[in-house]
Amino acid sequence: MKKFGKVLGIMTAAALTAGALSVGAAAEDTFKIGSSGPMTGPAATYGNAVMNAAQIAVDEINEAGGANGVMLEFNPQDDEHDAEKAVNAYNTLKDWGMQAFLGTVTSGPCIAVEAEAVNDNMFLLTPSGSAVDCITAGDNAFRVCFSDPDQGTASAKYIGENGLAEKIAVIYDSSDVYSSGVYATFQAEAANQPFEIVCAEAFTADSKTDFSVQLQKAKESGAELVFLPFYYNEIALVFTQADAMGFAPKWFGVDGMDGILTVEGFDTSLTEGVMLLTPFSADAEDERTKNFVAKYQELHNEVPNQFAADAYDGVYAIAAAIEKAGITADMDASEVCDLLKVAMTEISIDGVTGTGMTWDASGEPSKDPKAVVIENGAYKGM
Amino acid sequence: MMNKMTKKTKSNLITYLIVIAAFVIVQAMVSTGHISSLFKGLLVPICVYVILALSLNLVVGISGELSLGHAGFMCVGAFASALFTKCTSDAITATPIRFTLAILIGAAMAALFGLLIGIPVLRLKGDYLAIVTLAFGEIIKNVVNAFYIGKDSHGFHFTMKDQFSLGMEPDGQVLLNGPQGITGVTKDSSFLIGVILILITLFIVLNLIDSRDGRAIQAIRDNRIAASTVGISITKYKLMAFTISAALAGAAGALYSHNLATLQASKFNFNTSILVLVFVVLGGIGNMRGSIIAAVLLTVLPELLRGLADLRMLIYAIILIVMMLFNWAPKALEWRERYLGRIFNKSAKEGK
Amino acid sequence: MSFLSYLINGISLGSVYAIIALGYTMVYGIAKMLNFAHGDVIMVGGYACLMLVLNLNANPFVAVLAAIVVCTVLGIVIESVAYRPLRNAASPLAVLITAIGVSYLLQNIVLLIFGSNPKSFQTVVPIPDLKLADGALTITGEAIATILCSVIIMIVLTLFINKTKAGQAMLAVAEDKGAAQLMGINVNGTIALTFAIGSGLAAVAGVLLCSSYPSLTPYTGSMPGIKAFVAAVFGGIGSIPGAMIGGILLGVIEILGKAYISSQLADAIVFAVLIIVLLVKPTGLLGKQIQEKV
Repeated sequence: MKKFGKVLGIMTAAALTAGALSVGAAAEDTFKIGSSGPMTGPAATYGNAVMNAAQIAVDEINEAGGANGVMLEFNPQDDEHDAEKAVNAYNTLKDWGMQAFLGTVTSGPCIAVEAEAVNDNMFLLTPSGSAVDCITAGDNAFRVCFSDPDQGTASAKYIGENGLAEKIAVIYDSSDVYSSGVYATFQAEAANQPFEIVCAEAFTADSKTDFSVQLQKAKESGAELVFLPFYYNEIALVFTQADAMGFAPKWFGVDGMDGILTVEGFDTSLTEGVMLLTPFSADAEDERTKNFVAKYQELHNEVPNQFAADAYDGVYAIAAAIEKAGITADMDASEVCDLLKVAMTEISIDGVTGTGMTWDASGEPSKDPKAVVIENGAYKGM
Repeated sequence: MMNKMTKKTKSNLITYLIVIAAFVIVQAMVSTGHISSLFKGLLVPICVYVILALSLNLVVGISGELSLGHAGFMCVGAFASALFTKCTSDAITATPIRFTLAILIGAAMAALFGLLIGIPVLRLKGDYLAIVTLAFGEIIKNVVNAFYIGKDSHGFHFTMKDQFSLGMEPDGQVLLNGPQGITGVTKDSSFLIGVILILITLFIVLNLIDSRDGRAIQAIRDNRIAASTVGISITKYKLMAFTISAALAGAAGALYSHNLATLQASKFNFNTSILVLVFVVLGGIGNMRGSIIAAVLLTVLPELLRGLADLRMLIYAIILIVMMLFNWAPKALEWRERYLGRIFNKSAKEGK
Repeated sequence: MSFLSYLINGISLGSVYAIIALGYTMVYGIAKMLNFAHGDVIMVGGYACLMLVLNLNANPFVAVLAAIVVCTVLGIVIESVAYRPLRNAASPLAVLITAIGVSYLLQNIVLLIFGSNPKSFQTVVPIPDLKLADGALTITGEAIATILCSVIIMIVLTLFINKTKAGQAMLAVAEDKGAAQLMGINVNGTIALTFAIGSGLAAVAGVLLCSSYPSLTPYTGSMPGIKAFVAAVFGGIGSIPGAMIGGILLGVIEILGKAYISSQLADAIVFAVLIIVLLVKPTGLLGKQIQEKV
């Protein structure tokens, strides 16, 4: 017993010394953008999409000569979708010499990291952290995606104003910040709309394979439309199971549904007529999107989703703000933050998730959620 | 006999000294700036996990029961203390007093849950007990996840449905927002408080082991029938160990929740319970110093492996398996005895 | 009518838990260890089958057989490398923790090879859905196949253990390793065989799980694995019919709890029922009462 205490002890001491002393000496010639998101664990697919796309954007900018001549360097870190690990990732990046933070990918961890970033006066731009609190702690934080209230309210308004249905059922992930956040605002706005929520059923991360009960209840409640504010991974299962039980209402999703057409082996005929609010469409015909999708497919052998698109635009936004403020690679993070948070409100970005995107001091982007409908396995504007 | 006692006391003293020495060294490094941000950020989580490992070791090592729901008690402590801080942040402005009260409330609530859960659970044995603790841990997580608490001019509102069912006045503030948990808890935890809590935990656990009660608990572990025939109340002593362990886990939860700006019940899942169990088993069941070392090592290790990028968690898994084999396999122990034993014995002799 | 429909859904879900629990309980009964990596072996089985069907256009039947072979080999390797050295360790918890390490390892290997994006699994079950009462009640072909498979596996396992020499050897090893060895039974071989069978069953479970719920990620196996573990304890761990009953009951309780009490608290309800059952019957529904000896 005692002996392995010693062995462990020696290993720990060695590890700690290595860890404590590894204060990285930052190179002075590149502008360092760090990012953290889940790259392992059940949410890994979202984090990996962000990291892949951000790297593509960074490489493109560097190939074109940098942002105002400033070369960018990108460092992705894994946070396993855990607030504590995200803070660790953030601190690792600080040691690396990070000058701006593109993260985190998911909402819960983002709130924790933002609290740290405010204290450090570190510029933070979250590509996909949609909870309101992700960017409310200070004026250093901005986001690329829509916020939860935006999506919930916009969905309710869209359904109400277009008279899509009178009776609506909602299925949501009650263990997830994003899903329950969108549902809460959807519910609030529903009171002002000419439809009624006849059925609201939850599921949790621990039981997200079987949706038969939720679907059965939605069916029995006579709902004409089912609102699905969660991610495409589970939505694919919902569609399959609804099809098996012969339930075919109208479906309406938010940006988490984007990606449904890219699930390998999924029968996309089940998605015919599905409506969703998404800022990004991989089938869009504009040059920018085509270029991005082609590059992403070439490198990663899959079609990019909305997470990837938000990250791609996020890097371009940072680059534009760097140009605007005349930031150079030798400035320290706090100095960079002071300049970037002003510059962010002055730039306008034409990206793959919207054109003419601007930001105000609150950090929210100005872009309208765009409703699309799936026809013949592709998005079509509505 | 006398000799043995002093040896034990000496060993305990060494454990305290290791913690204090580690604290002094780290503080010196912090004040001279020779420490990375990562490591500075890890200090409080390390303290949290050390306390959790020590408290679980009390149940697993000393009481001899396998508990797979330790994160549940941490969850109770974290949420109770965070709610307290949210409610009183205007009333009590002196942070040390408020945080001390918060930790005490977290520990007391967790102890209460430990007691309530312990009464039915401890009637079971072995793997059945383990799974019931797992079940309680999951129930706590699920219920907290569905809980909404709000406060307005009329007082507190509770519901398990959704935010709107709270029925609050417009001036109301949602304190606990279901799955979105609690945000904006003030960051009161610090390394100093963490180390003080570790020392208190160590003091409680080590003294319990050496006390009359502790010997009764260990007697039950070694042979419950024999223990009961000499008049030891099995329920009482098992419950005692279980409740103390829960209270300490609650204190760790309070430390955890006051270190991050966000707190969600989903964190306190089965994987967190298992992680703490890994610390205990890797460090040596019943070996408190081992628990401390293993908790520190396994909290720091995944961070040190960040340089490996994609391979990080893979290598972590391999290291975990190898360390387990190295520390527990009878063959490996024999091998170590033969080769490493010589080196250690030599140094031990020189030490004398 | 809706109750019947919930019941059918519950049995379908439960049959998936049952088939996983059979593998769990088998290994536990003989080796006396909770193999936390079992859920991940299931996931590997799912990937093996899917890759053969997708990339080599293999016949689904061949693919399932190949998946069984892959998992069987994997089970034997895991047992001999990670578990066997710890069989005589000072505490049975050592091998439990190592199993957790193996679980992380399998998840991360698969993550590196196949990436984190979910893969949609094409069903390999050729049975059509059964529609009753004018389509108001649907029993999917996958559910029928899963229930049939669980029943067949349950019967075959029971016969194997009671009627064959190898099965009797397993029972002997489960009872007393030392005595079994003295009787000339190859203990290592018998335990390896147990793992081989358990892992082969995991492959079948993986294919059926993914056929019923066609989304496959490196983490697909972990939650059903834990649920199946609960099911196995429910029925009395080590008991083969117990695993079957425990699995089905767990599925039914989960679905009915979701339907009639609260969909948010479905998991809490399942665990609460488990606790009540264990308090009334401390060794599960069909578990053996162990007499304590002084």
